[in-house]
Amino acid sequence: MIWLELLYVYLKIGLFGFGGGYAMLSLIQAEVVDKYGWISLQEFTDIVAISQMTPGPIGINSATYIGYTAIHNAGYSMSVSVLGSALATFAVCLPSFILVLVISYYFVRVKNNKYVEAAFVGLRPATVGLIAAAALMLMNHENFIDYKSYIIFAAAFGMTWKLKIHPILMILLAGVAGLVLYS
Amino acid sequence: MFTLFLTFAKIGLFTIGGGYAMLPLIEREVVRRGWITQEEFIDLFSVAQSLPGVFAVNISIFVGYKIRRLPGAMVCALGTILPSFLIILFIALFFTRVADNEIVERVFKGIRPAVVALIAVPVITTARTLGLKGWILLIPVIAASLIWLAGFSPVWIVLAAILGGLGYTFLIGEKIKKH
Repeated sequence: MIWLELLYVYLKIGLFGFGGGYAMLSLIQAEVVDKYGWISLQEFTDIVAISQMTPGPIGINSATYIGYTAIHNAGYSMSVSVLGSALATFAVCLPSFILVLVISYYFVRVKNNKYVEAAFVGLRPATVGLIAAAALMLMNHENFIDYKSYIIFAAAFGMTWKLKIHPILMILLAGVAGLVLYS
Repeated sequence: MFTLFLTFAKIGLFTIGGGYAMLPLIEREVVRRGWITQEEFIDLFSVAQSLPGVFAVNISIFVGYKIRRLPGAMVCALGTILPSFLIILFIALFFTRVADNEIVERVFKGIRPAVVALIAVPVITTARTLGLKGWILLIPVIAASLIWLAGFSPVWIVLAAILGGLGYTFLIGEKIKKH
């Protein structure tokens, strides 16, 4: 059932999404695109772009957008689909909400805790792998349709890495490039 | 309580790009208002970083709880989430209708490869910031390959990384210390 699936998937993303926005992407994509097929890879890439240009963290943005789309594509009306948005957004926050309350209430020492530190000895390098996986999973023929895509990719890569161009400006420039190159 | 909500709604609304972009604004707002001290904020920051989920929401829950317990935590979380929730909801309602538009389609054909580049660059910069070198570099390579080529769920990678970190520190690390 779509509602329970949505709740389950976003609780899972909220619980296992370590290492910030980009590191969460591979987990989100594995679930909502590859496993459940709620949205296409192109749509997912578009949401990442929109997330970069609108306020708020990508974890929240993707939950709000995918919650709506998944329910809407299951045949529910627009107003009911808004509840899907709310459910997914609530679910992605719930695991860490409970963790934060437990930590605050019991004064659990997370900082300088030897077990937490030890876990992060493994998590830190793995985070780099998670981000790399997110990039590799998006690098397919749906997003790279022809040689022009590779030119845009190479240019964006160079400008972001070496010139430190702001992501919003980069997306705007790429949009203009698309408009011109695909006319 | 209403001030608390408004403050975090403002933080949620004015930080484009998410997570860490929110940090300076959160710090300025909550420390300036005397809700928590600078040292407390730095502590909360490092704890919030160690937790799963959305970093900016986690830190707002910490701050909210510190000021007004459970209701404070709920109000602050809601304040951080609500602006982006409403904006993305609006886009979800609207974007599905314009996505087939020829001009929008062309623009996004250009944007998609650039988005991949935006995610690819932090792979290098994060690896450098963490100072990964030597055999440690095998960890991200294996993790990415298992997800990308073998179709493993990132959940297993996270669990394996946690267990690996614990195992390495307490089994191998202890042995090295004894020698």
